[in-house]
Amino acid sequence: MQCSVCKEKPATVFLTHIENDKMHKVNLCEDCAKTKGVDNPTTFSLADADLLLGLGAAQEITQTTGGVDLKCPRCGFSQADFKKSGRLGCPECYQVFAEGLAGLLKTMHKGTRHTGKSPEALRQSRDNAEQLKSLNKKLAKAIESEDFEQAAKLRDELKALVSPAAEPAKK
Amino acid sequence: MDIYKFLITPAEATRLHGPHDRIVMSSRVRLARNLKDAAYPGWAKKPERIKVLETIRPAVESLPEMKDAFSEAMDNLGALDKQILVERHLISREHAAKSSGSGLVLNREETFCVMINEEDHLRMQALRPGLQLRQAWSAIDQFDSALEKKLDYAFSNELGYLTACPTNLGTGIRVSAMLHLPGLVLAEQINPIIQSVNKLGLAVRGLYGEGTEALGNVFQVSNQMTLGESETTIVERLDKVLLQIIEHEENARQTLLEKKTKTVFNHIGRAYGILANAHSISSKETMNLLSLMRLGVDLELFPGTDRSLVDELFIITQPAHLQKQFSDKLSAEERDLLRSDMVRERLKNVSRPSVKAPKSGN
Repeated sequence: MQCSVCKEKPATVFLTHIENDKMHKVNLCEDCAKTKGVDNPTTFSLADADLLLGLGAAQEITQTTGGVDLKCPRCGFSQADFKKSGRLGCPECYQVFAEGLAGLLKTMHKGTRHTGKSPEALRQSRDNAEQLKSLNKKLAKAIESEDFEQAAKLRDELKALVSPAAEPAKK
Repeated sequence: MDIYKFLITPAEATRLHGPHDRIVMSSRVRLARNLKDAAYPGWAKKPERIKVLETIRPAVESLPEMKDAFSEAMDNLGALDKQILVERHLISREHAAKSSGSGLVLNREETFCVMINEEDHLRMQALRPGLQLRQAWSAIDQFDSALEKKLDYAFSNELGYLTACPTNLGTGIRVSAMLHLPGLVLAEQINPIIQSVNKLGLAVRGLYGEGTEALGNVFQVSNQMTLGESETTIVERLDKVLLQIIEHEENARQTLLEKKTKTVFNHIGRAYGILANAHSISSKETMNLLSLMRLGVDLELFPGTDRSLVDELFIITQPAHLQKQFSDKLSAEERDLLRSDMVRERLKNVSRPSVKAPKSGN
C-alpha cells in the first residue's frame, strides 16, 4: 500500500476515521508520518488527526507501532500491564492504547461508539455546536436566494448563540 | 457506627415488596464512573486513592438522597461487617477485600449504595425489591446527574464513560435482577434457559455474583455489553427477558405440580423434615433446603406460613450474620449447631406440608 501523502514509499502507519458509518482512511509512510507528527502515539493527539484529515473529530485511530511496548505518559501503565490485568491504568490510557483496544471493543460490545447518557455540560456544548452549524447553513441558503429579511433574522439568532451570555458555563 | 445496627433488620427487609417478588427477589442498576485526572484504583498508589476518596466521599454525602447515610472508609470496617454487607448484597466481594483508600456510602432506606474505589472510582447502585428495573434506572440516573455537577468525570464523546475495565466502557451500566428459580432447576430446564439468555448477550451468575454458585437456586441475570447501546435499550431488553424467565419459571412449577407431583412433594417434604429436625446444618445445605421450602410456600403447601419467614432465615443463617448474632470466634462446626437450633426454633410453629392443599391456582 502506498503512502497517501508522498505517493512514493509504502505506507506503514494507518489512520482510520469513522463518522456516521462512513470510514475514511489515511495511509502514511514512516517519513511522512514523522513529519506529520503521527509516528509517536504518545505525543500524537486527536486534534492532529483532524488537521491531517481535514475532518471532524477523529473517532478511531489505528496505527502500527512496530512491536514497541506502549506506555501511558499520564500514569506509566504499559500494554504488558493490560495483558496481565485486563484493566487500564487511567482514563488517558484509552487514547494511548486505542489501536489495541479497537478490535477488543468490537468483540466485547454491541458497537464501538457510545450512544447513551453524557454529562450535561458536554451535551449542551455539543447541542450548541450543532445548532450553530445548522443556522450557518440556513444563513448561506438565505443569502443565496437573496432572502435578506430571513438572513437578518438568522444572523441575529447566530449572534445570540455565540454571545458569551448564551454560552454554557464550561471550563 | 456499627453497620449491623444501621442496616434494616432482616425481618424488616423481608417485608419489602415489589412486583413479581415471588420470583424476582431484587432489582439493581449500577453505574461505573471515574474522575478525569486520576489513575484507576487498581493502578493508583495509596496517596492517590486516598485523595480520590476524599474528593468523592463528601460529594456523595452532600446529595439529598444520602441524608443520614452510613458513610465509612473501608479500613474502619471489620472483616465481619464487610461480610455482612456482602451477604446483604450491598457491596461486592471485591470491595469487601479493600481497605485503605476505599469507602462506602449507604442511605438509610438501602435504596442507594455507593462504593468508592472499588474497581472504578465510583460504583453507584440503586436497589429495589421485586422487578423494578426502570425505577432503579431512573433513580440512579438522577443520582448520577446530581453528582456530575460536583465531580469531573472521565468521559469521551466516542467511548462514553471511561472505566477501568473495557467491559464496562460507554454507559458503565450493569442492570441486574436476583431470581429464585427452583422450578426450572427441578424440571431440569435451567441449563437451556441459561444458554439462551447468554445468547442474548446477558450473563447469568450465582447468588453472590461473579464466579459464585447458584446457592438456594438464586441466579443473577445482568447485561454484559455496555457500549453501543443506550441505557434505556439495555434496561428494556433485560426487563423483557426477565418477564420471559418469570413465565418459564411459573410454567415449570405448574407442570411439575401436574406431572411430577410426587417428586415435588418429596423434595419439599424432605427439605422441611431436615430443616425442622436437624441438629447440625451447613450454610449451603440450609440455603438449598430453604429454597425448596420457599417453593412450598409459593405452592401453598404451608398454609398460614408467610414467605417472609423463609426469607428471613435465608438472611440470618448466612455465616457472617450468624457470627454477628453469637460470636465471631465460633468454629464452622459450632456454627452448624447454632444454625440448626435457630432454624428449628423458627419452624416450631410451621406444620408439615399439607399435600392435599387445594390448588387454588390464581
